[in-house]
Amino acid sequence: MADQADFAEEAMQYAPQLYSAAMRMTRNRADAEDLVQEAYLKGFRSFHTFNEGTNLRAWLFRILTNTYINKYRKKQRSFDESDLGDIEDLYLYKRMGTFDDPSIGRSAEESLMEMLPDDEVKQALENLPENFRMPVILADVQGFAYKEIAEILEIPIGTVMSRLHRGRKQMQKALHDYAIDRGLRRAEPEQDAIDQTEGDENGNGDGSM
Amino acid sequence: MAMEACDEPDCAATLKELDVFLDDELSDGARQSIAHHLDDCPDCLSAFDFHAELKQVITVKLQNDEMPAGLLSRIEKCFSTDFDGDGKIG
Repeated sequence: MADQADFAEEAMQYAPQLYSAAMRMTRNRADAEDLVQEAYLKGFRSFHTFNEGTNLRAWLFRILTNTYINKYRKKQRSFDESDLGDIEDLYLYKRMGTFDDPSIGRSAEESLMEMLPDDEVKQALENLPENFRMPVILADVQGFAYKEIAEILEIPIGTVMSRLHRGRKQMQKALHDYAIDRGLRRAEPEQDAIDQTEGDENGNGDGSM
Repeated sequence: MAMEACDEPDCAATLKELDVFLDDELSDGARQSIAHHLDDCPDCLSAFDFHAELKQVITVKLQNDEMPAGLLSRIEKCFSTDFDGDGKIG
């Protein structure tokens, strides 16, 4: 049984991680701040139920996730695995794995780190339906293992794996759409409207869902 | 310009495990078998390298948020005051 007096000292080190995850969940700063603060308050109040020696970070993320799901989540129907459509495997790699592709403005020396703007990566994640967004946040932002994600989200490991796989593919498609959009805008600014309808059949780069 | 993914049966089996391999969630045996294939197959290795880089880029870019000033102290204040007036600290 954990002593409440130790809570701040042990738990506050995870605040930046919780805040980043909260930003990706709520998608705005005011709600993210409230969410983190509320999660810490709940953690403080129920710290006596925490088993010392187990993973405090995972415990805090479980509180954060539950608080988000119960309070901040906008009402939306829940998405099934099939709702993301069938995006082929290696979607981005097959299109951008090649270097020096003028259509997306990638030069031979440019790394993915330089090529993919922070805002587009955030947008690609934040546009995912929530069922898919949460596992990706926990795996790719926070580095939790499948088993930990399954416990935090209270879903089976197989579901974690399939949602991760589909969520990542959806993100890759969005990143590709954004890059095409950017490349076209840069290459032919006057023909922007025409090229978008021809080159990007879904016109899915505007971030709206 | 598109990259061709390889289509040998071994390659298909290897690429199927790409996510789980990069997440470091495979059993030792399965991991070794993938690693062995990658030693001999530049096409698969290239796909794995791309996704390893992508995963790292996504991780970095999704957690570079700066904590708002004052958030930490506001949180810590909850631990020393009767936050909701129920007669208890917190």
